[in-house]
Amino acid sequence: MKNFLIAGFVAITLWSACKSGSDKKTLPIYGNREPITKTVDGKQVTDTIYQTIPPFKFVNQYGDSVSNKTLNGNIYVVDFFFTTCPSICPIMHRNMLKVYDTFKSTGNFKIISHTIDPKHDSVPVLKKYADKLGITGNTWWFLQGKKEDIYTIAEKNYLVAVKQDGSAAGGYIHAGYFVLIDKQKRIRGSYDGTDPKQVDQLIDDIKTLQAEPDQMIVQ
Amino acid sequence: MSWRFVSSIAAFLAILFITACQSDESLEFKRYYSSGALVYQQHCQNCHGTKGEGLSALIPPLSDSTYLRKNILALPCYIKNGLKGQIIISGKTFEDVMPANDLSPVEISQVLTYIGNSFGNKLSTIDEQSVQKNLAGCK
Repeated sequence: MKNFLIAGFVAITLWSACKSGSDKKTLPIYGNREPITKTVDGKQVTDTIYQTIPPFKFVNQYGDSVSNKTLNGNIYVVDFFFTTCPSICPIMHRNMLKVYDTFKSTGNFKIISHTIDPKHDSVPVLKKYADKLGITGNTWWFLQGKKEDIYTIAEKNYLVAVKQDGSAAGGYIHAGYFVLIDKQKRIRGSYDGTDPKQVDQLIDDIKTLQAEPDQMIVQ
Repeated sequence: MSWRFVSSIAAFLAILFITACQSDESLEFKRYYSSGALVYQQHCQNCHGTKGEGLSALIPPLSDSTYLRKNILALPCYIKNGLKGQIIISGKTFEDVMPANDLSPVEISQVLTYIGNSFGNKLSTIDEQSVQKNLAGCK
């Protein structure tokens, strides 16, 4: 009898532990991190510095400049594409349209698509592409800039591989990832933009992120 | 002769009878259609979508039966050599480039049979001979 009671107690504890765990779903924080010790009010406090997206400056389809500061206070999704891409880009943007349609009327949310072929994809070319895709307003920006800057930020900061390669379809190799960045400019998720299931997961995760309480911005 | 033997003979004859009922034409159609579905997945689906829905005003849908019917002779050339310039599909204008696809005549006839009988379209089998003839006339 005693054993039975103990087993029941353990079961209830485990069950309630699981339940409270699923209520407070949080997304992981990706990238390098390092602890720092600082003095607050005379006490030693250890804090963690997470990898964040460094300053950048590009131009959007309207010809306006977009920098890391423009995105302050926004959750955003990043991808890399080019307008003449015959392989995965149409699928990626067919899927990204779903993300756009879900969040276009909520504030503090942006999608930024960087062209990896800035020579061809000038501002007017990007504007035309956006128009044809049916994108208006300022939720989804198509960004143009210096090729080195685009490739560096893709690989070093958003951790998405891109490469020019004459033998690949359309002349470029690139990965179709959608990268989710939080208001503190930290990577919180990476999704295969060609897979509708992962894109549905991204939509769920954006909602989770939107519900996260605003923390103090470290740094 | 056991009863079991007789009944299995009867079943065999019934199967023969049923398959014979499918005309050669419909068998040929099924062969073209199922191979065409694979060609579609590999060469067309990325842009035109799993349901032939296209992408906004960038990539046309493949569900405009009237367009397909009117241009049936030119379609093999469009697939083989790509397509440039303005076209009007389902009342909307499209002007982006479709890249060339290096497909064999039989693959073109398969994929055209698939497209022509999917997404709400109802065309007949587009066979290899007619594709070959149309390809010879490409501009």
